Amino acid sequence: MVPLTYYLVLSAVLFSVGMTGVLVRRNALIVFMSIELMLNSVNLTFVALSRHLGSIDGQLAVFFTIVVAGVEVVVGLAIIVEIFRSRASVNVDDVDLLRG
Amino acid sequence: MASFAWTIPLWPLLGWLLLGTLGGRLPRRVVSFVGCGSVALSFAASLLAMLTFPGEPQTVQIFSWIAAGDFSVAAGLLLDRLSLVMVLVVGGVGLLIHIYSIGYMAGERAYSRYFAYLNLFMASMLLLVMGSNLLVLFVGWEGVGLCSYLLIGFWFDRERAANAGRKAFIVNRIGDAAFLVGILVLWNALGTLDLRTIAERASTLSPPVMLTASLLLFVGATGKSAQLPLYTWLPDAMEGPTPVSALIHAATMVTAGVYLIARLFPLFTHPITLLVISTVGAVTALFAATIALVEWDLKRVLAYSTISQLGYMFLAMGVLAPAAGLFHLTTHAFFKALLFLAAGSVMHAMHDVIDMRRLGGLAGPLRYTAVAFAIGALALVGIPPLAGAVSKDMILERAAEHAAAGGSVLPLLLGLLTALVTSVYITRAALHTFLGRPADPQAHPHEGPPVMARPMGILALLAVFGGLLGAGLAGAPLLRFLAPQFGEAAHVPAAAGGAAPTSVATITSPLAIIVAVAGVVVGLVAYRGRRDPDLGMWGRLARSHFGFIHLYDGVFVPIAKRLAWTLAGPVDLGVIDRAVNGVGALLAGGARGLRRLQTGYVRHYAAIILLGTVLILAYWVIR
Repeated sequence: MVPLTYYLVLSAVLFSVGMTGVLVRRNALIVFMSIELMLNSVNLTFVALSRHLGSIDGQLAVFFTIVVAGVEVVVGLAIIVEIFRSRASVNVDDVDLLRG
Repeated sequence: MASFAWTIPLWPLLGWLLLGTLGGRLPRRVVSFVGCGSVALSFAASLLAMLTFPGEPQTVQIFSWIAAGDFSVAAGLLLDRLSLVMVLVVGGVGLLIHIYSIGYMAGERAYSRYFAYLNLFMASMLLLVMGSNLLVLFVGWEGVGLCSYLLIGFWFDRERAANAGRKAFIVNRIGDAAFLVGILVLWNALGTLDLRTIAERASTLSPPVMLTASLLLFVGATGKSAQLPLYTWLPDAMEGPTPVSALIHAATMVTAGVYLIARLFPLFTHPITLLVISTVGAVTALFAATIALVEWDLKRVLAYSTISQLGYMFLAMGVLAPAAGLFHLTTHAFFKALLFLAAGSVMHAMHDVIDMRRLGGLAGPLRYTAVAFAIGALALVGIPPLAGAVSKDMILERAAEHAAAGGSVLPLLLGLLTALVTSVYITRAALHTFLGRPADPQAHPHEGPPVMARPMGILALLAVFGGLLGAGLAGAPLLRFLAPQFGEAAHVPAAAGGAAPTSVATITSPLAIIVAVAGVVVGLVAYRGRRDPDLGMWGRLARSHFGFIHLYDGVFVPIAKRLAWTLAGPVDLGVIDRAVNGVGALLAGGARGLRRLQTGYVRHYAAIILLGTVLILAYWVIR
């Protein structure tokens, strides 16, 4: 049996990788995938702790996360497609209409 | 209160709403119909209220206006003997002048605006005389002031008219400020603003409070009723259309001060207040009559005459004869409105010429107007049995009794002297305007349409027979009607069942008539051939208003202007504007700094979110 700590460490590593991706990459699709990675690292924590504590609550939270992530993908991809159509680019740095 | 009585001020208000919003798009005939119809409805309601009047004062509460802690004021209307008389005078004379206006203003572009203002005036005036407490009365008081301003400046593209409107507004503001302070004093002392309660409890006030409150209210009355020293706006108010002068600046609005004193008469019975009122009234009466002697503008002669006659009314109040004052108010409304409408008819015929040096000989072409003016003039002079004779004699009788009972003799002496001067100046005006040779042979004056002539005819009848309202031989219906309101002070004549007059009073009346006739004779002799005799120093004094013009133009106006410039420059620009602009600059500067945070890079935002999360986590971990 794998100890809980391993799961948590893996989850933290995944989250940091995702975080770094969001912060350093410019391609909107990669940023998007990084966000998914962060979400799933959290899911992993939930499931691991659920098992560890013998409670179903964590798994329930995961279902919510999956649903929300699915919705987010729909909206996010639609936005990215629209951005690509209007600017022929998916570079997030090109989208700066709100700069002060 | 009968259910219809509270609609008396409502109809003109509805007329104003309709004409003010849609008037420009309505045909003239509809505008005339609405403008006059609303006043006619309100007059009909007043007549009905008079016929069904049960004798006891009636009040109706419309809504609770202000309720804050123990301060509560209800918006209510009061219908008693006094307000009924006022409502009938205002509505009746108002209706006639509305009808006259159809003819007089026929060529006017802003026809509907004129009738809208006039209807708003009627609504305010009726509210003033029907308000059940001081605050409602004050709303009407300010409302008529506003309409006066709007109508004096009706032809606002003429600089003189616009200035005259502002002058009226500013001078009235001085009186109104004192009025407002007086209301606060009364509230502080009695804890109520209800007019009847104040009148009932006035005798329980401590004398200093009574004196303060009554004098403050009297200052308000001098502003609205153009008494010394706040009279200067009324002659200038003649820049407005002539029916406006007749309605607002002769018959109704300017009598509001007299009404106020009659309404709260017990409050004004402090001996010093009575002395002040009678003295101011008597001095103003003579003062204004003297100025009327040297004035060349026919309408301004009538304006000074109005100031002078209002002085008589205040004199009556000051010698404890409020009913006589109200009687004179009523007859004055008839004959002065008649004189003004006749003057308006002259202006209509002569294309707005009103300087008497450019008039003359109009008795021929304008026979009807000349007769109307003559009737008004004789009523003003006080030739019995015309209306003015009965009411003016009654005031002089009361003044004589007052003097005989140990009061001041000043009101009686000045009153008699004023009667003399009155006869002279109105004779002069009539001679210059209607007799002699026409000053302009090119002019072809013609009478106005019947819609102007008929109201003048009715007013002429009222000016002839109006005296019967207070004459002992006719039973003095007006005075007997008012008797329950004023008790002893109503002075019902002996012939109508009142107390026998004292011996002093019996000789005053013949004396007044002799003085009046003497004045006419003096006027006919002095101004024959339409030349003014040189009055020397007196003429110069009268032309400078006995120094009042210098006092105002040399002292008060410069002080006010300097104050205004100080407030406009250093205070407004230097302090207030700087504070406002400073707040704006502060916010703009702050925003300029903060906008740097908004880089437009998504990852910057993400990094800041991360930073915030880390900081919150760190806080929880370290704690």
